[in-house]
Amino acid sequence: MPPDPLVKGLLSGDRIALAKLITDVESGSPRASEALRTVYARTGRSTVVGFAGPLGVGKSSLISRLVRYLRTEGLKVGVVAVDPSSPFSGGAVLGDRVRLDLPRGDKGVFVRSMATRGQAGGLAQGTRDTVRLMEAFGMDVVIVETVGSGQSDVNIRDVATTRVVVLVPHLGDDIQSLKAGLFEIADIFAVNKSDLPGSAEAVRHLREMTTIMSPRSDWRPDVTECSALNATGIEELWKKIQRHEDFVRKESSAHQESRDRLKKELRELLQRKLEERLRSMLLEDGEVEEWARQVEEGKIDPYTGSDRIVQRLSGQGRSKTVSRRSPRLDKGARPRG
Amino acid sequence: MPLRGKTSEVSTKERPLRVIIAKPGLDGHDRGAKVVARALRDAGMEVIYLGLRQTPETIVEAAIEEDADVIGLSLLSGAHMSLIPRVMKLLKDKKVRGVSVVAGGIIPDEDATRLRKIGVKGIFGPGSTLETIIQQVQNAGGRHAS
Ligand SMILES: Nc1nc2c(ncn2[C@@H]2O[C@H](COP(=O)(O)OP(=O)(O)OP(=O)(O)O)[C@@H](O)[C@H]2O)c(=O)[nH]1
Ligand SMILES: [Mg+2]
Repeated sequence: MPPDPLVKGLLSGDRIALAKLITDVESGSPRASEALRTVYARTGRSTVVGFAGPLGVGKSSLISRLVRYLRTEGLKVGVVAVDPSSPFSGGAVLGDRVRLDLPRGDKGVFVRSMATRGQAGGLAQGTRDTVRLMEAFGMDVVIVETVGSGQSDVNIRDVATTRVVVLVPHLGDDIQSLKAGLFEIADIFAVNKSDLPGSAEAVRHLREMTTIMSPRSDWRPDVTECSALNATGIEELWKKIQRHEDFVRKESSAHQESRDRLKKELRELLQRKLEERLRSMLLEDGEVEEWARQVEEGKIDPYTGSDRIVQRLSGQGRSKTVSRRSPRLDKGARPRG
Repeated sequence: MPLRGKTSEVSTKERPLRVIIAKPGLDGHDRGAKVVARALRDAGMEVIYLGLRQTPETIVEAAIEEDADVIGLSLLSGAHMSLIPRVMKLLKDKKVRGVSVVAGGIIPDEDATRLRKIGVKGIFGPGSTLETIIQQVQNAGGRHAS
């Protein structure tokens, strides 16, 4: 197969090519898999940082400051900002760019907004592969902003090697609900809006909590304070991120996590591919359709119907010679009376 | 017994239209633009909202990065005859294909004619209904309302 011109473009710094490939990845097209296969060897070396945390705590504003700082350090940065799709219309308002105030015309930055399109867990299905495309494009750092639904932003674990959970002073009851999810993913807590009162207390409180928590690995979550408004604490935050990245490179417990991550990815990909195969089999197979119709018409119950369909499909998986007789004529497959 | 409807085509859902909404120029609020953004979302589109005071350069850069189908510009300031042609020119210069531009605001008829001539796909005045806007955006994005 001739090489995809978009992949060639991606590798030679063409921003339009990167954008188009992300679109392919988002819609899970075969072209995307081919492109990812080609660039996979070039990925896995960038620093991938996740920003999670409740709505409106200042994730985008903080990312904006961090990107500016990283640019002064000469690092190229990709940003993927995820917002939820409406479960009703499937549409979305992706608003993170409003707060991403980045240098104009800077070719060392690339921002992409992404809707979850029905995916739970705070990320979109294509987020991980979008990060990979940005790595292949040459970004030294890729930052992922999760949906901001608070405790359900857990999928960031599968994508980012360092996870920053952003909080604000006066967490109040929030801290209780945080235990449920975000506490398990945080490598670093950033108390943003430190220009507001109560910041020092919040930091102290979080430090206490991290000492009584049972650690996930040998890493004890770091706590730092910052203000995206006043641009303070940004360099400090980056130092802490780097400290964690160093830890990940050295520690065996972190290596285990990265192996688990790949195992999980393989399983997810497999599941997705099998689902796709299944869908086309269901559409193509007349006998399956016949069972489905019997369920729809109330002739058999859905439990029996789904059992029959599974039997039919697994039979088909074993041997191609299974006949395509109508289930009504097939004694063995008749619903039990 | 004949088997019913054998289709080899796997149903692949069309991806949502991606629409940039921006309010270039210097005027004050963006309530109208936000209402339009939400209406487009409710019509199933993915709206990348840029907010106020964007320059044509940042708008076009965002359209590239977001692989947008449509750019929707909301203008009140009367600067439409400089801002919109600038967006059109940048799209051309940067070889951005497949992005349509629509604009809303107070745009006199003779200006609208000239804007259409340089390729603006939809223009709506202050009295336009949300349905009209949704339809124009869908048309501009090459999708026709079903
Ligand atoms: N006082 C103060 N306000 C801030 C600071 N950082 C952000 N904000 C404000 O907080 C609000 C939300 O900021 P965003 O950056 O959009 O927060 P976010 O977490 O990305 O929000 P979502 O993506 O909607 O979850 C905005 O009005 C910001 O101006 C800060 O350090 N201090
Ligand atoms: Mg945000």
